[in-house]
Amino acid sequence: MTERKIKIATTSLAGCFGCHMSFLDIDEQLVQLNERIEFNRSPLTDIKHCGPSDIGLIEGGVCNADNVRVLREFRANCKILIAVGACAITGGVPAMRNYFDLRECLEEVYLHGAGVTNPQIPGDVELPLLLDKVYPIQEVVPVDYFLPGCPPPADAFLAILLPLLNGAVPPQMADCRFYYD
Amino acid sequence: MTETTGTIFIDGKAVGFMQGQTIMDAALSAQVYIPHLCHYPGLTPSGNCRLCVVEADGRRAAACTTAAKAGQQISNNTAELNAARKVITQMLFVEGNHICPSCEKSGNCKLQAMGYHLGMLEEHYPQFNPRRVLDASHPDILLDRGRCILCGLCVRASHEVDKKNVFAIAGRGADAYLIVNTVSGKLGDSNLDVTDLAANICPVGAIMFKERGYVTPIGERIYDRQHISDVAMHEHVTEQKGDKKR
Repeated sequence: MTERKIKIATTSLAGCFGCHMSFLDIDEQLVQLNERIEFNRSPLTDIKHCGPSDIGLIEGGVCNADNVRVLREFRANCKILIAVGACAITGGVPAMRNYFDLRECLEEVYLHGAGVTNPQIPGDVELPLLLDKVYPIQEVVPVDYFLPGCPPPADAFLAILLPLLNGAVPPQMADCRFYYD
Repeated sequence: MTETTGTIFIDGKAVGFMQGQTIMDAALSAQVYIPHLCHYPGLTPSGNCRLCVVEADGRRAAACTTAAKAGQQISNNTAELNAARKVITQMLFVEGNHICPSCEKSGNCKLQAMGYHLGMLEEHYPQFNPRRVLDASHPDILLDRGRCILCGLCVRASHEVDKKNVFAIAGRGADAYLIVNTVSGKLGDSNLDVTDLAANICPVGAIMFKERGYVTPIGERIYDRQHISDVAMHEHVTEQKGDKKR
């Protein structure tokens, strides 16, 4: 009898996909991991909605209405939700817009920005509305574990995932496993 | 070494002290680390960051401002105190704009190193996202109040060592902020110099030198190489002056 594979869903909200790249940096151990897990919604599968999953990895902070929808969908469907990287945990670089009004930001970029030829603030209904600020994900939904770093080193992904795959609680991570910079 | 005048016990370890020493002084001379941010040996202790709070004879007190008393039983490195210290550190993070991944001070920053030391994984509290005035008027030194933790080290260094009184803290509580003692309030109109202790002692990224960005690469900086508890054993104003560490 084959063991049921652990379902993992991943997404990047207001992130740069750097955390996903770091996850892939576990290199050949991906093969070993692949025997134990299968991916649900993820940039790696192109599945559009998060179905019931065991573990959800969230990269990036929450900057617009679509991020909120996706994050809530993950929380509703994932037994364990992990905030991955500085942006998910603190808002990170995108949150540097929090020191300005949203209107100021939009006008600077779309009306007064260098090289703007047809100045107008985009208002297409297809575009998700921006939030007033960029929020860490734990300010929007409850989060089970945090994996800090910009990005978290590849080893750190294994350090948190392997115990979870075995049904154990991940140990307190050693200093060397996480980076704030 | 001068003769000790008594002994205190920090987590059970006997530590000698001399008359007039604080618990922090005695601990540092005995190579015992008590976490601290606003204290710097050689400057008058201020007791404002509260990270060094220990239990002295069952009562909580800031180690940097409490005199050592013979026979004192002190708890320092306990799970309970370290949990409280982590909460204080998290509050310091959310109160300001601490942008580690894009901050030039990253790796040389004591607040960041304290986060590592206390195993802080996240900020826990909602961020304040304060809007504080940035002052780039000085030709060589940048003042970003968003990253200031109001430890007052620059204030004390400028007053006690540089004898210039360039900085002060105005306002109270959550409205407190760092001010510059010039008519315009601008740093550029002050006589702050890059060799001043006040310009070098900032534990975070609030007072930084211009045109030196990334001279020391990430990964080779103070707290990339050494733990904050080891660095703290070698700190004194005489060593800090003149920007030797950067």
